[in-house]
Amino acid sequence: MPTSNEIYEKVREILVDALGADESECTPDATLMGDLGAESIDFLDIVFRLEKTFNVKIPRGELFPDNFAAADPTLTKDGVLTPAGVAELHKRLPHADIEKFAKDPKVENIQDLFTVGMIVKFMEAKLAAAS
Amino acid sequence: MRWFWIDRFVEFVPGSRAKAVKNVTLAEEHLHDHFPGFPVMPGSLMLEGMAQTGGILLGQTSGFNEVVILAKVPKVTFHSWACPGDTLTYTATLLDARPEGGMVECTAHVGERLVAEAEIVFAHLDRSAGGELGSLDQKNFVFSMGLLGILDVGRAGDGSTSESQ
Repeated sequence: MPTSNEIYEKVREILVDALGADESECTPDATLMGDLGAESIDFLDIVFRLEKTFNVKIPRGELFPDNFAAADPTLTKDGVLTPAGVAELHKRLPHADIEKFAKDPKVENIQDLFTVGMIVKFMEAKLAAAS
Repeated sequence: MRWFWIDRFVEFVPGSRAKAVKNVTLAEEHLHDHFPGFPVMPGSLMLEGMAQTGGILLGQTSGFNEVVILAKVPKVTFHSWACPGDTLTYTATLLDARPEGGMVECTAHVGERLVAEAEIVFAHLDRSAGGELGSLDQKNFVFSMGLLGILDVGRAGDGSTSESQ
């Protein structure tokens, strides 16, 4: 199994290819949409590349849940996640920094959970489970 | 004008690869403006031809039940050009096909000469999102517009039908 650093290096390469990002921008805290300019369709491209590079299957919605807020009306209220919503998000995105998010749980802030570091942690767990 | 940027499939291996040809001709009006005195096939249309080859390759894997749309071209390189009289051969290899979409790798050749290469990402249209396109039937779209004829090829272009037919 590759080390965390090896995974990080590969994830960086993937983001450089998929987003045309500069390698130096792809720090662990960099957000995909805010900092690296990703759009929703890029998430699909990133998933393709992760699968190919690491030779794993990533089912739909596992790394990037789609339409999280729209799926269940009890998860949000007036554009802010309810405690149940935060708990659900934590369950769906166990590798994201939910604690930080919970301080200002606006729906629009969900996208900031998708960071380079989150993908690395996700892949680490995925590869550990596979080996 | 119909938006067909491939003339015929010459090879179709379901779920794996497809090869289509496009004959470039001076009857195409845009070539007289692109460029006056130097007619060459626009790169954007070569990309469209590669996307049609790859998109149909992907669409076939779901029996044309998904609406396949060109989502992203992460990489495209043009190495050379194609002139009237040239036959462009587009070869698409399916890299991935999944419920949300797929990805292909394509090349365009004139004879042995590599003219262009691209990576193309397709998304399956989310029908639940509604809108005008939500009711689009890709099967009708592909077949009513004559692409059925285009698809009616043998694996190696010898006239025998492909495995899926």
